[in-house]
Amino acid sequence: MNKVKSAKEAIGQLEDGMTIGIGGWGPRRKPMALVREILRTNLNDLTLVSYGGADVGMLCAAGRVSKLIFAFVSLDFIPLEPFFRQARQSGKLDVLEIDEGMMLQGLRAAAWRIPFIPTAVGLGTDIVEKTSEIKIINSPYDDKEWVAMPALELDAALIHVDHADCRGVCQISGPDHYMDDWFARAAQNTIVSCDELVSESFFNDENAARKVFWERAVTDSVVLIEGGAHPSSCAPLYGFDSEHFRSYAEFAKTDGIKGYLEAYLGKDENDYQSKVGGLQAIRNLPLPAY
Amino acid sequence: MGVEFTLAELCIASASQAFEEDGESLATGIGIIPRLAASLAMKTCNRDLMMTDSESFMLSEPNPIGSRDANFIQANESWMGFSRIFDNVWSGRRHAMVGPSQIDRFGQTNISALGEDYRQPKVMMLGSRGFPGNSISHRNSFFCPAHTKRVFVTGECDFVSSVGYNPSRLPRGHSLEEIDIHRIVTNLCVMDFGGPDYQPRLRSLHPGVSLETVIENTGFELFVPDPLPETIVPTGLQLDIIASLDPHNLRASQIKDDLRGSAN
Repeated sequence: MNKVKSAKEAIGQLEDGMTIGIGGWGPRRKPMALVREILRTNLNDLTLVSYGGADVGMLCAAGRVSKLIFAFVSLDFIPLEPFFRQARQSGKLDVLEIDEGMMLQGLRAAAWRIPFIPTAVGLGTDIVEKTSEIKIINSPYDDKEWVAMPALELDAALIHVDHADCRGVCQISGPDHYMDDWFARAAQNTIVSCDELVSESFFNDENAARKVFWERAVTDSVVLIEGGAHPSSCAPLYGFDSEHFRSYAEFAKTDGIKGYLEAYLGKDENDYQSKVGGLQAIRNLPLPAY
Repeated sequence: MGVEFTLAELCIASASQAFEEDGESLATGIGIIPRLAASLAMKTCNRDLMMTDSESFMLSEPNPIGSRDANFIQANESWMGFSRIFDNVWSGRRHAMVGPSQIDRFGQTNISALGEDYRQPKVMMLGSRGFPGNSISHRNSFFCPAHTKRVFVTGECDFVSSVGYNPSRLPRGHSLEEIDIHRIVTNLCVMDFGGPDYQPRLRSLHPGVSLETVIENTGFELFVPDPLPETIVPTGLQLDIIASLDPHNLRASQIKDDLRGSAN
C-alpha cells in the first residue's frame, strides 16, 4: 500500500465546513506546511480543534475559521498569539473553550466511538457555564453531577512527524508526541507530513518501533515535507524559529495577515522555504531549553 | 544583621513553604518564581516532591532555570509527556502554583479573557489552559507579582477559569471540602482561605509592608488574624540554593521595582 501524496493532493481532499484537528502543541511540532497548503486554497468555514499556536492564528486571521475549539492559543515565548487575540476581540469568531484535558477526553471519546466521557473537569467554571454545548449529567452510580465531555469527531487531522514510511507507519522521536495519537484516532482522514520518508525496515529496530504511537491503519495520507513544521519546532531535528515568530507577531501590528502571507507564503513549500532562509537554515535552528 | 535578599527571593522562599506538607506529589510551578519555589522546596522542606523538566521527563533533581551548559545532564527518572500529565492531574497527586490574571474572594481565577462580553472580550488572554481540571482535581496555589485590585477583584472574575470556594457554583453532590486552594503569595503578603467559611485570610505581611497597603490593594475583605505575623525571611542556605537554581538571575526581573536590588 502506498499512501504518499503531494501536499496539494492531500489538502485537496478537504472540503469547506469540515472539522479539522491539528496536532502539536503551541509552537511545537505543528504541521505548518499543511496549514500553508490550506492557505493556498480557498477552503473556508472550517472548525478547528487544536492546542493552538500559529496554526490557529494564521487560519483565523485569514478568515478560514468559523469556529474554534481550544484550551489555549500561545507561542510560549510570545505568550499571547497576536492574530488569535485579534480574531477573538473582533467578536466574529465562534468558540468552544475547554480545558486541555477535556480536549484529550473529547478526542478519546471520538476515537473510541462513544458520545462522551464523564469527568469532573470543568465543574464550577465558566467552561460549562458560558456554553450550552457541554452538558452536565447525573451519574447512574452516585448522587453527584458530572461533566459529559462530548466526542470531538474530526473530519480530518493534520499532523507532522519526523519519520514515516509510505504505508503510514509514523515515528515521533522528539521528547513528546503530545496528543497526536488521539488526533489521528479521532479523525476520518489523518494526513501526516514527515521530515523524512523511510523504508519499512527503518522500524525493525525496537527503539524506532517504540516511537510509533498509532497503527498504520489510522494514517490515510503521507506527505514528505522536509522542514514542514517550520516555524514551529520538530525536535530533535530543529527548534522553533523565534525570529520568524517575532516577524509574524510584528505583522499583526502593521500589515496584518495579508502582509505576512504576501511576504512568506509563496506558491509552494519550496518557494516558502526560499523566503525564510532555506531548508538548511531551518535544520540549524537550535532546540529550546525549558 | 541578617543576610540580604531581594523581594523575589523572599517570595520564592515563602512560596516554597506551600509545598512542605505535600508528601510525594508532583510540584508544578508555572513561571520563574513559582518554579524556583517548587524547586527550592524539593531541595529543602520536602525532598519527596516530584518534578518535571517542563517538557517531557520527570526529574529526581530540579533543573537550573534557563540555558544550561552543553554537557549538562539532567536527572531523568521517567518519561512524562503531556498526555501522562493528565493521568497524574486527575489522580490528585499534584500541586500547581500558577499566576492568574484575576483572583476573586472565592479563590476563583481567570486567565482566559477580560471584559463583560465573552463573545467579544476586551482583552483575550491565553484561554483556560489546564486550570479547570487542575482546580477540581488537586491542590493549587497562586503567585501574584503585582498585588492590586486589578488582580484581586471586587466582584467575581470576568471569566471563571478555575473553580473556587463559591457555594453558588458548586455542582450538586459535591462539597467545598473537595477544593484545595492552598496559598497565595504576592509581592506584599501571604494569604490563604483559612478565614470563616473559606474567607480569604492574611497569613503574613512581608517586611516593611503595612496592613493598610494590602487592604487598599485588595478588592475584597480579608480576614486579619491577631497577632499578624511577618513573612519569614529566607535563610542563607535558601539563598544559596536559589542562586544555584537560577544562575542567570532571571528572578531579578520578575517583580517590578524589586528595589532590594540584584542578588549578589
